[in-house]
Amino acid sequence: MEILDGLIKALQLIFSGDPRILEITLRSLFVSGSATVIAALWGIPIATILGLKNFRGRFLVKTIFNSLIGIPTVALGFFLFLIFSREKGPLGFLGLLYTPTAIIIGEAILVAPIIVSLAASAIEAVDPEIANLAKTLGASEAQASFAVLREALDGIFLAGIASFNRAIGELGVAVFVGGFIAGVTELLTTGIKLEIDSNNIDVAIALAIILLTLVFGINLALNLIQRRKK
Amino acid sequence: MSFAAELRNVTKNFDGITALDGVNLKIQAGEILALLGPNGSGKTTLLKILAFIEKPSKGEVHFLGDKVTEKNFEKKRMESTMVFQKTILFSTTVYNNVAYGLKMRKMSKNRIDEEVSKILRLVKLDGFEKRNAKKLSGGERQRVALARALTLNTKLLLLDEPTANLDPKTASIVEEVIATANRELKTTIVMATHNMFQAKNLPHRIALIKDGKIGEVGAPTEIFRNLSKTLASFAALENTFNGTAKVTENGITSVDIGNGLQIETTAKQRGTVSVFVSPEDIILSKNRFDSSAKNIYKGKIIEISDLGSLVRLKVDVGKPFAVQITKRSFNEMALNLNTEVFLTFKASSVQII
Repeated sequence: MEILDGLIKALQLIFSGDPRILEITLRSLFVSGSATVIAALWGIPIATILGLKNFRGRFLVKTIFNSLIGIPTVALGFFLFLIFSREKGPLGFLGLLYTPTAIIIGEAILVAPIIVSLAASAIEAVDPEIANLAKTLGASEAQASFAVLREALDGIFLAGIASFNRAIGELGVAVFVGGFIAGVTELLTTGIKLEIDSNNIDVAIALAIILLTLVFGINLALNLIQRRKK
Repeated sequence: MSFAAELRNVTKNFDGITALDGVNLKIQAGEILALLGPNGSGKTTLLKILAFIEKPSKGEVHFLGDKVTEKNFEKKRMESTMVFQKTILFSTTVYNNVAYGLKMRKMSKNRIDEEVSKILRLVKLDGFEKRNAKKLSGGERQRVALARALTLNTKLLLLDEPTANLDPKTASIVEEVIATANRELKTTIVMATHNMFQAKNLPHRIALIKDGKIGEVGAPTEIFRNLSKTLASFAALENTFNGTAKVTENGITSVDIGNGLQIETTAKQRGTVSVFVSPEDIILSKNRFDSSAKNIYKGKIIEISDLGSLVRLKVDVGKPFAVQITKRSFNEMALNLNTEVFLTFKASSVQII
């Protein structure tokens, strides 16, 4: 009964446009979105090099990124907490602990291996003659690499979605470097944890429903856009 | 005679394999030159060097009067373009595919529109601009690839097996377009082929290539008349057989190609010859049938390659023959490896080269 009751209250909260829930939702979207974009900014160039160039140690670098995909969020969060810790941490002087910026940095580190590994695989899967084709039509080396990236776009796009999903759903990093500061660092995931601890099951259910709907809705929308383009 | 390009002592190694070995070759401005040689002889590598996609490991390339250097390598690319044997298309529209090289040349949008529709008319694909290039048929895709190269109007056009894997109708469109480009735009063309018949008819000159080395170079009549040693050693060429020809009592030439096989041809010639039968001219059937065709052989299918709408089979009748049939016939006849079949072709389909 408690769950059903909670569900009804949760739906009431969502549809009444509760300002706190709205704020948490928007912050979650912003933090995970920023983390994904930052990870893409440095991950895609690395993926491009891994996917296109043959160099010594390439296999090792790829293996490292592949294994980092599964890094436990709690471990990463804890290490970042030590690094950002205001009193003793080497980067404590930046004053980032318990701010949204710290969560963004942490999540960007967390999801970058996903972007690097999936995008590199997508780039490797492109017909190697595509680069030669671009060249023979007049492209420079850089333009030819860009042509290959464009062929791998679907895979890179998928890498972005997977990263965003991991970022918006993770708890470890958000708890350790974000904490539970209402109105400042509270996210959907940390919100759910906090409300359960405070025995507000209805609010927790509302946040969980929103989290699931967001993940599903955003994936659906992006896939539809992708399909329409074809 | 001015030269469009010249290779001086060019060697190319890939991971310990020598693809080209000290190649010297002059390509005359305005000519169609065929590189004739078996698979793996270095034809594609030579074309890629002329396309400025690959750099030689040793030797010099001269192009349009200049020595090609590290510095002008990418610039020289603008005057030479290559159509690959395997059709490769960008996953986008036909328009974007054809316009790619024009965009690289910083042409205005209006002019690109004009050029694209002009060239699509030439390859008989007018109105295809907005179609998804990857969803076209094999023949249409190959024509998009050709249009994409032709529209650049480069001084040098390189074609790697331009009609291999094409149905006869598309092949004839492609051959016509190649001849037109050479005649009207004065484009110098170098094409790689292992099809003797194509090599005999389309080009002005032929360069024989084997094991990364250039053999004889000359006009098709010279090359085929003297039946050089290099040419005779091209046993790997499809449906080309060396043998001894004699004229029989009823005026038909019979060529003994070994393994107990005689091929009849209407061409009159005696002595050592090479004969060629185009894979499209061979009729394949499961039962022997009565016809006016003089050449009928029984054999087994030993290889099947899927070419999209066509299927290419290798049939062992004592010697391997390549035969090309439509996929529909292939399915209807329920053919498989080791299926026993008959090959039938007319004496007039056999070329002596």
